[in-house]
Amino acid sequence: MDAEISLTVDGVRRTVMVDTRTTLLDALRERLGVTNPKKGCDHGQCGSCTVLLDGRRHLTCLSLAVANDGAEVTTAGGLRGSDGGLHPVQQAFLDQDGYQCGYCTPGQVCSAVGVLDEIEQGHVSHVSDDLEADPELTDDEIRERMSGNLCRCGAYVGILGAVRQAAAASSEGGAA
Amino acid sequence: MTADQVTPEPLRSTSSIGTSLLRRDGVEKVTGDATYAVEHPVTGPAGEPPLHAWLVTSTVARGRVVAVDATAALAHAGVVSVVDHTSAPRLADTSDRELAILQDDAIAFRGQIVAIVLAETSESAREGAALVHVEQEAEPHAAAFQEDSPTYAPESVNGGSETDTLDGDPDEALARALVTVDATYTTPHEHNNPMEPHAATALWDGERLTLHDSTQGPRPVRGTLAPMLGLAEEQVRVLAPYVGGGFGSKGLPHAPEMAVALAAMTVPGQPVRLAVTRQQMFALTGYRTPTRSHVRLGAHPDGRLEALRHDAVTQSSRVKEFAEQAAVPARVMYAAPHRATTHRVAELDVPVPSWMRAPGEMPGMYAQEVAVDELALHAGLDPVALRVRNEPDVDPDTGNPWGNRRLVECLRRGAERFGWADRPTGARATVDGEWWVGTGVAASTYPMLWMPGNIARVRSLDGGRYAVAIAATDIGTGARTVLTQIAADALGCPPEAIDLDMADSDLPFGSVAGGSSGTTSWGTAIVAAAQQFRADHGEHPDPGVETTAASGQYADMDGHALHSFGAVFCEARVHRYTGEVRVPRLLGVYSVGRVVNPRTARSQLLGGLVMGLSAALHEEGWRDPRTGHTVTQDLATYHVAAHADVRDIDAEWLDDIDELSTPMGSRGIGEIGIVGTAAAVANATYHATGVRVRDLPLTADHFLE
Repeated sequence: MDAEISLTVDGVRRTVMVDTRTTLLDALRERLGVTNPKKGCDHGQCGSCTVLLDGRRHLTCLSLAVANDGAEVTTAGGLRGSDGGLHPVQQAFLDQDGYQCGYCTPGQVCSAVGVLDEIEQGHVSHVSDDLEADPELTDDEIRERMSGNLCRCGAYVGILGAVRQAAAASSEGGAA
Repeated sequence: MTADQVTPEPLRSTSSIGTSLLRRDGVEKVTGDATYAVEHPVTGPAGEPPLHAWLVTSTVARGRVVAVDATAALAHAGVVSVVDHTSAPRLADTSDRELAILQDDAIAFRGQIVAIVLAETSESAREGAALVHVEQEAEPHAAAFQEDSPTYAPESVNGGSETDTLDGDPDEALARALVTVDATYTTPHEHNNPMEPHAATALWDGERLTLHDSTQGPRPVRGTLAPMLGLAEEQVRVLAPYVGGGFGSKGLPHAPEMAVALAAMTVPGQPVRLAVTRQQMFALTGYRTPTRSHVRLGAHPDGRLEALRHDAVTQSSRVKEFAEQAAVPARVMYAAPHRATTHRVAELDVPVPSWMRAPGEMPGMYAQEVAVDELALHAGLDPVALRVRNEPDVDPDTGNPWGNRRLVECLRRGAERFGWADRPTGARATVDGEWWVGTGVAASTYPMLWMPGNIARVRSLDGGRYAVAIAATDIGTGARTVLTQIAADALGCPPEAIDLDMADSDLPFGSVAGGSSGTTSWGTAIVAAAQQFRADHGEHPDPGVETTAASGQYADMDGHALHSFGAVFCEARVHRYTGEVRVPRLLGVYSVGRVVNPRTARSQLLGGLVMGLSAALHEEGWRDPRTGHTVTQDLATYHVAAHADVRDIDAEWLDDIDELSTPMGSRGIGEIGIVGTAAAVANATYHATGVRVRDLPLTADHFLE
């Protein structure tokens, strides 16, 4: 059965006919031709399909497109500035070499943007010592919060450095 | 394409090599704009959209297909066709039984392709595949790799090495030896699991097959598929501009590539996309065989080795032989007058094992380097000192002088940086709260491999720019970047002046991105072509002139033993009550020749260390012998290292220029990082707990009393 939904993808409102079985990921990749989010497992186990859904990081392979009618989706492609320049997180991934093959990278980048926002909002994690206080962006917090995004190339050291660099850039220059 | 063979001169003047140039494809990768195999917007000549293919696979481990009933599938909306062994195009050559799919009714392992569903959408294709009813007749099978599995001696082992070697009388020497180790070490099924599942988009236009493939070698894929399909090589074009990792599994073509080619040939003019599911990858795209290594060491009381035996048994498939060369590294590592290595293979009704990062070296060095740690204990020697004491003057295997063996320096540099001297001698000596803490070391090695046949083309462009072309691939290694640097130095221009064209089988021959041979082999060809270009056209060529040159053998493989070496140091913590293993510190120090790009090289070495850590802590595939089914066929059950597993981890290298191996002075770096790493972790857990684990992975149950 088909259904028409609308999505705002990287700032552009799009109407798309989907099968009611279509995942949000496949709606983006196969129906809209937006292949910035990648499919690594289709089971919510790897994080490659991560986007920002209404501002929060989200695994698009685990939700049906029809359940997201009207949603706002930001992929790694949509994180660029209006001038086409890279987002500070993307620049940090370049500088720190936080990637190799690049397949998990758009998901890592979206996840990192989400992590920095979650810290800003005071969300605690499994490794936060004090559940009442605002968490600090320690290495342990970054590693824990980024662990939903697998990288088989093993670029974790660079990814850690990239999140650190982006956080420093953001605290120097105001919100990224 | 033929070209004159040119053997290059060493690159003595370098300004780009050695710099940390940012990846040339970085922006595309961090934005997600990079297009992988099923992301190319391919349409047919009249704008036909791609069809989606879905694989139907066998559920018995051995037997035959009695009938494929596609009625229900074909009745499902959107399903276009179902291709099975009665309807698939016939292959011209079926001798490769892994690739000759859908040619007959034989089922040789569970998970084998028995039909392909083509549909207008991926949802319909997937549902259609579930609706195909495959009647199968099961025959008795053997899918368990056991100690009593019958074995045979293959003619040679992976890489073309000899199956067995024998020097002196190791058995007699072992019987005499005063300090000995005699133990068996095992590694489990390991699965490459690149983040991009194997995938391809194929278009057959009636004359030519175009494949956007996720492969480590466009030319090898073309060279393998074309004759099987009854086509001339020029009728097949394989493109792989971006490849989401491979680690060996995309090094050789596997059955899904043939499936998408056959499917496309049933619908001329219409593109077909096939994305193998993560689950299907565990049966269809190669994996590391489980290994069992019986290692025997005999030494003098001062630790000097007198005898060494490494007898390795691995699993292969009845469909196609793959003999992992697990005992090969034992031939080069340590001096011992009496030595033997053997390989035996158990042929089972299982999927075909294949390359996974450092085949042979990874499992073999796990066994050997844990055994050496045990020997050090028995001899009462420090494990670093024991290794130094057994350093061979020449290559024990060939008798050739070493090209550049700097293992001892790697060990000493690593020991110094790691703080090895502060280590308590005995095991189970340090406790920190609820954790036992220990440290371990292991050596690492990987041969310098050079692939013949590479050809590069250099053409002058306007404005002092150059187009350089070779059918190389960048699977995340950084090849696109480092080949640009090599071309720049070979032509004496800045890297910005190089337009590098690669990853297309229509370009001059490039060998596989495997065996840590890519930069070595393609780079040597690029230097040869650039130097010949200068000889042909001078320093100020007119735009549009070009030179194509085939790479002669530069590497002095006959005169010297060319290998890389390294030392891995690890701190492990083992929880006293749960047995959980954590690795707070991991350091690798390597001798790999000159490093072309420190930024990408560091990432590759770290990536190898992380994969070795992953093998140490987590990776373990399980096949149910009753059904032949890999039950751990996803990333929730087949665990790989996640970010939180990776703590303080670093890699460094010795300053080096190896002019015997390549004109760049470099050797390969893709695999050495995984070699020895799991052994270093295992040795550290022994030092922490006093529990010697000889079977990977180092799961908690090993340490519970």
